[in-house]
Amino acid sequence: MSGGTVAGAAGDRASLVGVVLVSHSGPVAESVAAMATGLAGGGIQAPVAAAGGTPDGGLGTSAELIAAAARRVDRGAGVAILVDLGSAVLTVKALMAEGDELPEGARLVDAPFVEGAVAAVVTASAGAALSEVTAAAEEAYGYRKA
Amino acid sequence: MSETALDAAFFIRWMTAAAASIDREADRLTELDSPIGDADHGSNMQRGFAAVRKLLETAAPQTPGAVLTAAGRQLISTVGGASGPLYGTLLRRAGKVLGDAERVTPAELNAALAAGVDAVAQLGGAAPGDKTMLDALVPAVGAGAAFDAAAAAAAEGALATVPLQARKGRASYLGERSIGHQDPGATSSALLFAALPEAAK
Repeated sequence: MSGGTVAGAAGDRASLVGVVLVSHSGPVAESVAAMATGLAGGGIQAPVAAAGGTPDGGLGTSAELIAAAARRVDRGAGVAILVDLGSAVLTVKALMAEGDELPEGARLVDAPFVEGAVAAVVTASAGAALSEVTAAAEEAYGYRKA
Repeated sequence: MSETALDAAFFIRWMTAAAASIDREADRLTELDSPIGDADHGSNMQRGFAAVRKLLETAAPQTPGAVLTAAGRQLISTVGGASGPLYGTLLRRAGKVLGDAERVTPAELNAALAAGVDAVAQLGGAAPGDKTMLDALVPAVGAGAAFDAAAAAAAEGALATVPLQARKGRASYLGERSIGHQDPGATSSALLFAALPEAAK
């Protein structure tokens, strides 16, 4: 389960931005991916991959799962990476600094995990560019609930 | 000792000594991580440094910089918790600063580690006094190029985290309840610096 899923039938569409969901927990990443793709509707779907937990299914973050997920959803239009907390944030930041483990055009998005994931997958599936996808996800911070 | 140039073999000894000491202290690190963390620091660090030791046994990088860069990369890949990217960044940045010199002086190592500690602070967004590994790392690199002094400063810094209230990471959710516990990350940082004079023997 922590290996991640690729959702969407967009393999033949080179223009879609990919979305990677990195959580401390495999089931959380998988569920948020399922929810975001479900809410994105039935049309063309951007590639989404979950990278949660450690390779043995425990809580934590795996650099390898993240890098593999990013490569799986990379269609050349960029990859938006959303993270939840703690080591998920730090691991992606450290990978970005490394420079060669993530695909070119991968970007860490500063957004709330669930709401940002829905916004990112919906906009990416609509064919938006990486900058629009990240902006939509970041805007999710602006929606106050109380 | 302070004028002796350090070669790749010294850096491999350092990492190997650090791995052995983390292996010995893993249970204690996890114990420290139980009241204020998620009780995985010892096993995470143990896994990461065992992987570093294994990598250095098989790959044996040829320069001090290459040893630290490879070790840092391995920690990011294998630790699984926040300490992976943090320690990985420390060693990798230090390794990059050392470049491809075949030998470096303790002063050059000190400067490289100081750059690594800055990178850790930037990555984690923490500062000294936040009850993190920085409370051991900052005094350690501030103590200068002498290994014994750096090790002592790191150990003292780790002890000094006991009365602090955590302001970063999971422990920060506990607020005042984090007071009275020694920070596990500062403790493992002290182990890393304690391995330096050991490697120089």
